Amino acid sequence: MHDFTPISGFAGGALIGLAAALLMLLTGRIAGVTGIVGGLLQPDTTDRGWRIAFILGLIAAPLIAALFGAPLPRPAMNASLVVIAIAGVLVGFGTRMGNGCTSGHGVCGFARLSGRSIAATFIFMTAAIATVAIARHVIGG
Amino acid sequence: MPVLASFTCGLIFGAGLLISGMTDPQKVLGFLDLFGAWDATLAFVMAGAVAVTASGFAVARRRTAPTFSARFLWPDRNDIDAPLVGGAILFGIGWGLAGICPGPALVNLAGLSLPIVVFVIAMLAGMIGQNLFGKNLWRPRTMAPRAETASLPSRADG
Repeated sequence: MHDFTPISGFAGGALIGLAAALLMLLTGRIAGVTGIVGGLLQPDTTDRGWRIAFILGLIAAPLIAALFGAPLPRPAMNASLVVIAIAGVLVGFGTRMGNGCTSGHGVCGFARLSGRSIAATFIFMTAAIATVAIARHVIGG
Repeated sequence: MPVLASFTCGLIFGAGLLISGMTDPQKVLGFLDLFGAWDATLAFVMAGAVAVTASGFAVARRRTAPTFSARFLWPDRNDIDAPLVGGAILFGIGWGLAGICPGPALVNLAGLSLPIVVFVIAMLAGMIGQNLFGKNLWRPRTMAPRAETASLPSRADG
């Protein structure tokens, strides 16, 4: 599970990039999952169609892969359900407050060389690395 | 057509996440665990994604309008403000606790495993909570009302 897989990583990353590039070229939108989902949850949003379609596309990907024999993603998670729920709230609240996540700030922001997004990416990476270090090596170790 | 294009982009994005291994929280946590058995895969995913995105954006910058809509909605902000920093810290802590960020959470939803369903519901609740209460924590009351800021393209930099 912890094997280093640079080739499939780079290839998968290139596909993510292709999706982000196409979404901009075709619809003029930034492929930021937080912005897409968060906008859908706001009462005054008028452009719901493309947002719902993008999210359905994300969910459809593993379902289509399953038609060709791939297992459905049911990832092993070590954290308790309480910790997972806390993590979910932090991810949802934090990404909306900071206006972006790994896709919007990390991929699209870096590609635009946006100082704001590059700063956000370094900050959330650092916070995540610190959290894992504490959880695994201070508390867990 | 824009809806079909958007669905296709979501599909390709999801396929990329699956192929890269980033839908597996253990793989993501393996990257974030700098002080353990470090797995550098996520850096290669980012490199591939940023390189292709930047190439596509360079093409887009030379065009006057996207294929299926009136204009490109490029984010127009470049300030590093308190919500950006605070939000990134909160997101980072949550990401480190579970190893899942919003994109992989939605792709994983297809498997309907209990931890993922719990995570997605909590994430949506966090987003709704921020939509409802978060903005006024940071903005003086005299500033622009919410409806006005919500329609700006800059709202969508992530």
